[in-house]
Amino acid sequence: MDQAQGIKEQLRQFILKEFLPGESPANLTDDTPLRTSGVLDSMATLQVVTFVEEHFGIEVEAHEAGVENFDSLNSIAAFVAQKKANK
Amino acid sequence: MNVMEIPKAAQTISLTDYLEASAKSFPQRTAIVDPDGGLLSYQDLNERACRIAGFLKARGIVLGDRVGLLLPKSSVTLTAIFGILKTRAAYVPVDYSAPGARAASIFKDCEVRAIFTNSSGLGLLEKEYGSSLPETVVVCEGDTVSVNGSVVSWDAVLSHSPLREASGATPKDLAYILYTSGSTGVPKGVMLSQENATSFVDWCSSVFSPTENDHFSSHAPFHFDLSILDIYLAIKHGASLHIVSEELGKNPRELAQFVADRRLTIWYSTPSILALLAQFGNLSALDCSSLRMVFFAGEVFPVRHLKALTGLWPHPRYFNLYGPTETNVCTFAEVPSSIPEDRTEPYPIGPACAHCAPLVLDPEKVEVQSGEEGLLYISGPSVFQGYWNRPKENAAAFLDRDGVRWYCTGDVVREDPQEGFIYVGRRDRMVKRRGYRIELDDIECALYRHPGIREAGVVAGMAGSEHTKIVAYLVADAEPKPGVIAMKMFCSQNLPAYMNPDSFVFMDSLPRTSTNKVDYQALMRSMQGTERGA
Repeated sequence: MDQAQGIKEQLRQFILKEFLPGESPANLTDDTPLRTSGVLDSMATLQVVTFVEEHFGIEVEAHEAGVENFDSLNSIAAFVAQKKANK
Repeated sequence: MNVMEIPKAAQTISLTDYLEASAKSFPQRTAIVDPDGGLLSYQDLNERACRIAGFLKARGIVLGDRVGLLLPKSSVTLTAIFGILKTRAAYVPVDYSAPGARAASIFKDCEVRAIFTNSSGLGLLEKEYGSSLPETVVVCEGDTVSVNGSVVSWDAVLSHSPLREASGATPKDLAYILYTSGSTGVPKGVMLSQENATSFVDWCSSVFSPTENDHFSSHAPFHFDLSILDIYLAIKHGASLHIVSEELGKNPRELAQFVADRRLTIWYSTPSILALLAQFGNLSALDCSSLRMVFFAGEVFPVRHLKALTGLWPHPRYFNLYGPTETNVCTFAEVPSSIPEDRTEPYPIGPACAHCAPLVLDPEKVEVQSGEEGLLYISGPSVFQGYWNRPKENAAAFLDRDGVRWYCTGDVVREDPQEGFIYVGRRDRMVKRRGYRIELDDIECALYRHPGIREAGVVAGMAGSEHTKIVAYLVADAEPKPGVIAMKMFCSQNLPAYMNPDSFVFMDSLPRTSTNKVDYQALMRSMQGTERGA
């Protein structure tokens, strides 16, 4: 499993457990919209940001926590990978 | 100041006047049709009621005494009710399917002096009462193995000499006590007088004008206030009342067949039952053309189901009747039988009935401007006397204003100049989440717009966290059920984000109370149980 795929799997498990109890894992695809769909509201997004910071050892600036970086597993994983590369 | 005209009392004095008048005008017509098809004429119903009254009087039952009923619905139960009323006592019907302990606790609470039951009911009561049963227990069905001097058979009661002289009833006589679930889980007895009931029934006559040719459904159990319209409006007009048994009442396929076979003309039930009929009643294959009026009450009718029903039954007139047990129906609205395709808002509850005066107040008890939300208060001759032996609740239920006694319904409404009152929600179904005020019914309305959702019940609570959590319990229309992400997306398209439920739980059916409303207490327990287990 490559690094991006590993990040996505950890995020998927976290989001399913915290915000989508009862959902089939297959329904949360890599490009399922999370913010624009209502799966993550502003409060839930904050929890995802905290999870990302703690698990992947990066810091997320307030302006980075918007829809452009946090709207799907793909976009979050890409953001995390880029952050880690720049460290 | 706006001087409000408080409606005057009705002309009828007591509920037994209706039976006595119809027994004179239509002695041979059928008053009651039993679930098994057995018929009881007006003359026989009145004669039997007189005999029961004679028996009860001989047993010392007098004005103001309470007499309990623990029986399935039948002409026997109705005959007992009229017999009790003829002695100027009050009847206390309880849910026959509820645990015996609940029935006994109600009978003990209002200290009934006599009980009508059957042999299995007697068994339950003996267990609860021990050796201290009330002094008279009539066993209407089954064997009467007397355990002590108090147990009497139905045959013995019916062979008693009748009480024929006028009862001397007055409008203020207590007629019946209906126990409703209290918010604390202990049932409380709503006391209703002769005048409370007759003012409502006489109003129904003036608006709906039934005749002796009508065939009424009796779907609601007798401990539910919908039964007051069924029983007394039918009897007043010399019509026939068709009793729906408890079992039949829950089976939409057979119930629809019953409506067709009995050629019913007037139907009254909760929206839940009508929604079931529309979905599973196979109505398109049945001839229900005799139906001319359909009344519904007790909860909001989701438009999706109302639309389905009116599509299948386009011919009757539909009326939404609103009111708590404490006032019986106090507002009403006719619903068009052709509902616009794009309509998703539930219909208004309409203007106040002519025998009721409405008042909408804010939390500081100041009258709101027309169009603003506030709590609905009702006054008039149909407003109940109070809760049995509950001084604290009685003090909280009524507001004295300019010498008039107003009952606070606890329902939030808004007045529309054209449509009358619009039901906004229960005061106690209002929650706050992240500072926003949320009506849980509002979320339900949105969920009902989803094509894959048949039923929705939404509850909210803190459930061990610092945030209000909202859980939507759903019943899907078909497999596969919509996924949680799909439901979240749907809600985000139909509701503000702060109203999007935290979780969605699919069930085979929603829990219901004995009166067929969604049982929110059970959903709350389910939610709290899930949270604890998590």
